[in-house]
Amino acid sequence: MTDTQSTPAAPVASGFDNDNRQAGSIGDSARDYVNRLRGGDMGSLPAILGLVVLVVIFASLNDRFLTTYNMANLVVQASAIIVLAMGIVFVLLLGEIDLSAGVAGGACATITALMLIDYDWPWWLATLAGVAFGMVVGLVIGSLVSFLGIPSFVVTLAFFLGLQAVPLKLIGSGGSLRYNDPVLRGLSIKNVPVTAGWIAAVLIVLAFAALSLWSYRSLSAKGLVHPPIGLVAIRIAVLAAIVLGLTALLNANRSPNPIFDISGIPWAAPVVIALLLFWTFILTKTRFGRHLYAVGGNAEAARRAGINVRRVRIMAFVICTGMAALAGLLSASYTGKVSPGSGGGNVLLYAVAAAVIGGTSLFGGRGRALDAVIGGLVIATISNGLGLLNQAAYINFVVTGGVLLLAASVDAISRRRRSSAGV
Amino acid sequence: MEPLLELRGVNKSFGVVHVLHDVDFAVYPGQVTALVGDNGAGKSTLVKIIAGIYGRDSGDYRFEGNEVEVHGPRDVAALGVEVVYQDLALCDNLDIVENMFLGREETTRFGLDEVSMETRARETLASLSVRTVKSVRQSVASLSGGQRQTVAIAKAVLWNSKVVLLDEPTAALGVAQTRQVLDLVRRLADRGLGVVLISHNMGDVLEVADRITALYLGRVAADVSSKDVTHGQIVELITAGRSGDLGIAENPATATV
Repeated sequence: MTDTQSTPAAPVASGFDNDNRQAGSIGDSARDYVNRLRGGDMGSLPAILGLVVLVVIFASLNDRFLTTYNMANLVVQASAIIVLAMGIVFVLLLGEIDLSAGVAGGACATITALMLIDYDWPWWLATLAGVAFGMVVGLVIGSLVSFLGIPSFVVTLAFFLGLQAVPLKLIGSGGSLRYNDPVLRGLSIKNVPVTAGWIAAVLIVLAFAALSLWSYRSLSAKGLVHPPIGLVAIRIAVLAAIVLGLTALLNANRSPNPIFDISGIPWAAPVVIALLLFWTFILTKTRFGRHLYAVGGNAEAARRAGINVRRVRIMAFVICTGMAALAGLLSASYTGKVSPGSGGGNVLLYAVAAAVIGGTSLFGGRGRALDAVIGGLVIATISNGLGLLNQAAYINFVVTGGVLLLAASVDAISRRRRSSAGV
Repeated sequence: MEPLLELRGVNKSFGVVHVLHDVDFAVYPGQVTALVGDNGAGKSTLVKIIAGIYGRDSGDYRFEGNEVEVHGPRDVAALGVEVVYQDLALCDNLDIVENMFLGREETTRFGLDEVSMETRARETLASLSVRTVKSVRQSVASLSGGQRQTVAIAKAVLWNSKVVLLDEPTAALGVAQTRQVLDLVRRLADRGLGVVLISHNMGDVLEVADRITALYLGRVAADVSSKDVTHGQIVELITAGRSGDLGIAENPATATV
């Protein structure tokens, strides 16, 4: 490829001899990317490749896998894992772990369900109560970790055990809380109207394109480091293809029964997208986000730079458990009920696996909200595909455990390569 | 010439151990003051007192001719005194600009102001004639030891600081990188900053320092112009506390017992 775009005249004053303000052409960018991969900076690439492989395997083994009906189902199944994983990303960014997030989500969902059923609260107030309970739990966990210095592994293991008591006490063993709130239940079973879905999809693509081009212009005008225009165009095209493609897929009639029509994007998807945009903004564009990465990379350096490390650490746990509450509500909306076992079992490990598979490091300092989405789709694809194949439940455990181990190995190996290659 | 930063008669004890005895220390604008001394002479304690990490038992802390109250690192940073520690305190996972602005990020209404931060970081690096980094947007993990030291020093200079303390800046560096850092130290002083260089390397000290303050067992053995002493004399001051007519009259190790 040739360098076709005009290079803006850089101010001479700074005089860095070799400072490449932009990777000259798309070819250079591609070479840079390959070099980063070799240096161990894999990002989400293994997860995306894995997702493609899984889809191909399941599609060839079962012809129902690729139907739009199953794809919509997959999106809803993935949403709870994704939201929980997004919360876990914040804790992993600091090199900590939260083992209690799954059951905390179950406990929060129980409280929301009780408020809906026993006290007739409106859905938003009940949701707020559940999320607030989660944030208080996160505050306590974070305070124990940062003030007493107990390893987060131990604190959250204790909360994993303790929080299971909340739904058991409130619901009673063997019972369950069913609710039919049109909004909270509708997250999984209702769809965005087809026209509204198209409008939202087009708006997202246009907004992304406008922001990318605006950022490109303001960076290149000042002669600062910026990607080549070709790469910006490719990014916009890829995003447009994914967003518009998924919208087309989900807006098609997917009903297996010709008598009635099911079409539109399940409401769970816009919830996930809104959370993704919000947390991506917090992580990349705010001081708090920058401080999270700094504390995860070198807590002592962050402390000396005047960052309140304790506050950052507590906030990470508050965000994690708050997101766990939302994940609990999403999974309750899928099953239509909350039971004492909600959020237990392998829910938490699925979410940790999703974050790590997506490219978030277990060692802190690296991770994005988007990692949770990609990794969550991988995990949901595995459980959805294996379910369609009518495999015994134990296969599901073995495969998911294997994938988590594989992702953690990729993380550890790429970390070692990074430190030796110094990327 | 009036000192920028001056400590007078500073004493410091940790429990029964009297670490600093009536230490006088001065930093002048536009000069490199080397602080030398053997292990345990009290260099680190003195630096931490200047940095505000330790309090003093007695003695004055003066800045630009006025006595100032110093209660912590933030007070010291507010005066315009920056310390570059030996272990650098950089975040490997962040890039050069992000590290230079860590904890003091600039924002607009829409979030972090990357344009302004990158521009200012470039200006600062350019004003220090730093030409060795490939891109200001590369992660600090990919830098060499000398480049990391450069970034740490540039970070200290970015905030228009008046005094910069460098703790063993060349300890882990090769020959070429030591050269870079020493040139940078000299340029800082030429810009009018007061520079304190803590070093074990007498070659470095004699090359860039204007004044040398030697500590011996918690006392100032000598505070001399670097032109007036030889390599051998400094070594004697460090190891024995005296050299000819320079230094402490009596050996304090035997005198105080």
